[in-house]
Amino acid sequence: MADVEKTDESMDATPNVTEVETVDAATDEEAVAAIEAPVERGEPILQVRNLVKHFPLTQGILFKRQVGAVKAVDGVSFDLYQGETLGIVGESGCGKSTVAKLLMMLETATAGEIFYKGQDITKLSGRALKAVRRNIQMVFQDPYTSLNPRMTVGDIIGETFEIHPEVAPKGDRRRKVQELLDVVGLNPEYINRYPHQFSGGQRQRIGIARGLALNPEIIICDEPVSALDVSVQAQVINLMEKLQDEFNLSYLFIAHDLSIVRHISDRVGVMYLGKMAEIGSDAEIYDHPTHPYTQALLSAVPVPDPEAREGRDRIILTGDVPSPANPPSGCRFRTRCWKAQDKCAEEVPLLAVPERFKGSDTPAAHESACHFAEEKDVVHAA
Amino acid sequence: MTTIDKTRNVPEPRGAADGSTPLLEVRDLHVEFHTRDGVAKAVNGVNYTVNSGETLAVLGESGSGKSVTAQAIMGILDMPPGRIPQGQILYRGEDMLTMSADARRKIRGRKIAMIFQDALSALNPVLSVGYQLGEMFRVHEGLSKKDAKAKAIELMDRVKIPAAKERVGDYPHQFSGGMRQRIMIAMALALEPDLIIADEPTTALDVTVQAQVMDLLAELQREYNMGLILITHDLGVVADVADKIAVMYAGRIVETAPVHELYKRPAHPYTRGLLDSIPRLDQKGQELYAIKGLPPNLTRIPSGCAFNPRCPMAQDVCRTDVPPLHPVTERDGSELVGRGSACHFWKETIHG
Repeated sequence: MADVEKTDESMDATPNVTEVETVDAATDEEAVAAIEAPVERGEPILQVRNLVKHFPLTQGILFKRQVGAVKAVDGVSFDLYQGETLGIVGESGCGKSTVAKLLMMLETATAGEIFYKGQDITKLSGRALKAVRRNIQMVFQDPYTSLNPRMTVGDIIGETFEIHPEVAPKGDRRRKVQELLDVVGLNPEYINRYPHQFSGGQRQRIGIARGLALNPEIIICDEPVSALDVSVQAQVINLMEKLQDEFNLSYLFIAHDLSIVRHISDRVGVMYLGKMAEIGSDAEIYDHPTHPYTQALLSAVPVPDPEAREGRDRIILTGDVPSPANPPSGCRFRTRCWKAQDKCAEEVPLLAVPERFKGSDTPAAHESACHFAEEKDVVHAA
Repeated sequence: MTTIDKTRNVPEPRGAADGSTPLLEVRDLHVEFHTRDGVAKAVNGVNYTVNSGETLAVLGESGSGKSVTAQAIMGILDMPPGRIPQGQILYRGEDMLTMSADARRKIRGRKIAMIFQDALSALNPVLSVGYQLGEMFRVHEGLSKKDAKAKAIELMDRVKIPAAKERVGDYPHQFSGGMRQRIMIAMALALEPDLIIADEPTTALDVTVQAQVMDLLAELQREYNMGLILITHDLGVVADVADKIAVMYAGRIVETAPVHELYKRPAHPYTRGLLDSIPRLDQKGQELYAIKGLPPNLTRIPSGCAFNPRCPMAQDVCRTDVPPLHPVTERDGSELVGRGSACHFWKETIHG
């Protein structure tokens, strides 16, 4: 099992992020109590440590042999604080959606921990897991496929109460669903309509209402506006910001549109090929990127301002993203990086504040996984 | 890494300036679809011209009729259910809608070519890319299989596909998204057409690859001095490559302008709404401007100006009278070249 070895290596390569205060719960009751306990604003609510997800590649029909693995997520660590929005950006195939699925427990992690209020949810089961699931909800990308066409809006949103009856007693559900429709800006009388009777933007509002139904603390948004028309995107973004203030939600906002991510996020993480390349506050990432990939990504985004295109230097990367089944050794980005040297092929760079910026309070002093991290003035995407 | 300087010299568009006929002119084009729910009026009187070496960007949301216009130009509209009740599409002064199917076939592919959005579904999965590229030469120029293959390799080289010789026999699924889009571009370029219509050429691609493909397209356009119609909904891509812009809404062009002018001073409330809804740095933490409401249903387009139910400036006249494309002028009445706005209140919109 060559895989295990790889995993260990990636664990070494992860940063010395803040120690997680774990909660030891001997019984289900204690675990549930810990999950229900409130978290102060600005305290970490979700802590991800060395998260790994490998999808096995098999060969043969009867005797399936594992011939390798797609390393979709390979040692990702980050914190999500109560009440904040953490944006995750990256190109397709970088593992951002897999991270979302792992946090939702829709996939089982190959290795690593996800601490929700100090409890490792990858090890929970029974009532405690159910309580966690109630508190972490998701809004999906495509509002056309994520709503069951044979169910009415009332059933789609109300189904959550069947699974978690403690949130709304039976007689109260219809009223509760109508309340939710009102909250997301839909007419409460639409409760008996079917998804096809709504436009894309309205459907996404239904998806958001479903996510809100159980009063969760965290909502994971996987590309929530990318399937919508430009003129409708702003409506949905405004709604999500309003709801965050109203219900004190924490968002993990996954998207590839850099200007929208900048608008909504407090902090931003940039992923490349299953690893976090750089993470910091929105201003640190957008105005003072130190990782070459972030710089290339920012400069490649077309800016909706023709004045800015004149005399601007753009970094055009060559080639495509390598296959996650066979990622490059050392730094994953080195095959497309213009700074790459021998060291990059041998050593995996740690996600940490670069040595040269340590101790100084420049905005460049944020975590970046590059041996040669330095600031470069790029044209800003937003 | 290559750094590309965007200030390079762009050849002056030729054609209209010297009074000759434009490369392509669309006049008062109407397209409708007969469906069970009634007649969907997808295109309602579109006019535009493209000259050699010029890039026209057609900007619009889904359902605005931008792709249908392109399909009508190419002659690949499904008819029925589609129908073109009126309008002209002039290629070098000749109306393509009235010419014979044979004559049209000589233009399609050879003179006007198209790049589609989704390269994976536009390419035939059971034929090698070399065969599909070579088909252009075999059908239009009657080359032998061997010569066509040599030409295919040459084309793949030109769109910078590495190891073209080895990969000519590969199938579409063996290429990455960016490479497939390059093959689409190569196919459109094969016979060195005068005009290329690119329908959302980079929408399915990642930003870093999108930048590569758009640069390639711009470079080839310069080299051959082709006209380019770029259909997109991305305001960023438009700002990067277009010379002039036509904004479409509900099957009509609501605003035309040179690229700089449009971003600086939009003359239609819809364009202004679109530009305002882009998140900007100084708006962080504030509510974004959002155009209220939804794009109209094409079977029931609102009377008067189609945008009136969503427009912040709508008055009674907007609900009754369809605004023509007014020429837009400066405050003192001096002409602004190439600008037009289909709004009764364009003066108020552009001059505050």
